[in-house]
Amino acid sequence: MMTQGLYIAAGLLLFFLGLWSFIMHAPVLRKLIALNVMGSGVFLIFVTFAYRGQEAAPDPVPHALVLTGIVVAVSATALALALWRRLEDQDGD
Amino acid sequence: MTPTLGRILFASLFAILGGLLFWAFTVALLEGPPERLAVIAADAIPLSGVSNPVTSVLLNFRAYDTLLEMAVLLAALLGIWAAGPASPGFERAGIVFASLTDWLVPLLILAAGYLLWVGGHAPGGAFQAGALLAAAGVVLRLSGQADAGLPRGVWLRALAVAGLAAFVLVGLGLLVIGQGFLTYPLAHAKWLILSIETAATLAIGATLAAAYVGGRVGDEGSA
Repeated sequence: MMTQGLYIAAGLLLFFLGLWSFIMHAPVLRKLIALNVMGSGVFLIFVTFAYRGQEAAPDPVPHALVLTGIVVAVSATALALALWRRLEDQDGD
Repeated sequence: MTPTLGRILFASLFAILGGLLFWAFTVALLEGPPERLAVIAADAIPLSGVSNPVTSVLLNFRAYDTLLEMAVLLAALLGIWAAGPASPGFERAGIVFASLTDWLVPLLILAAGYLLWVGGHAPGGAFQAGALLAAAGVVLRLSGQADAGLPRGVWLRALAVAGLAAFVLVGLGLLVIGQGFLTYPLAHAKWLILSIETAATLAIGATLAAAYVGGRVGDEGSA
């Protein structure tokens, strides 16, 4: 219980650090990194909620959601980076 | 003055929100282990065709989610390709890195195959295996191969849609023989899931590697 509380606090901390950075910093790259930090916080909280005590097996549903979520986050980041690079190229003209 | 005020306002807002969320989550945890989806999922695992709980959730109970996830991956890749040609690859790797690549890439592919197979009964599966394949692509790209080891043209497109296509074809095939969409008959569930996973592994690996390349390869624009 104590451990779970710590994990949740850490997840929330990551989420709000990311949110803070996302709002406060103008450069697109920093915003992207901030979004990924926020995502990591959410994943951490999800995985914490999968824990069901020492005896029971962890809940597979949040695990599956986090697993697909990580891949979606990576591909969304790649798309954002591609769009950002295109934007920089346009500005350079 | 105003930016400082904004910072203080946001900081206090975040602190309040964070405290509220922490309270809500801990109260939810203190309720004890509730009757969640885990119980339903655990009871149904023998009916799913695989014995790994996470794989049975991903490929059977919530197969729709995973299908749409493959569609998201494809959409992201199409967006990346639409944003323009890839920047040229890095310079040719030095002798140490090149020989490391020669060892690493086959090992990564081997490990991906193992993870794909073991996903049926132990931690592993299409996403982990696909990530390893993509890592092999990233290593190749970093060692100077502009196309990250991916095939060109129509073959790359076929790889990118393989996961979604396998899902939809299996679903439609099951509809034709009178089952629900992606409701596997127990006798064939294992092999149907394994074939979808194989296609999904190739698609995830190709999509992530192509996303790392960051644009169309083999066009006039790329060097």
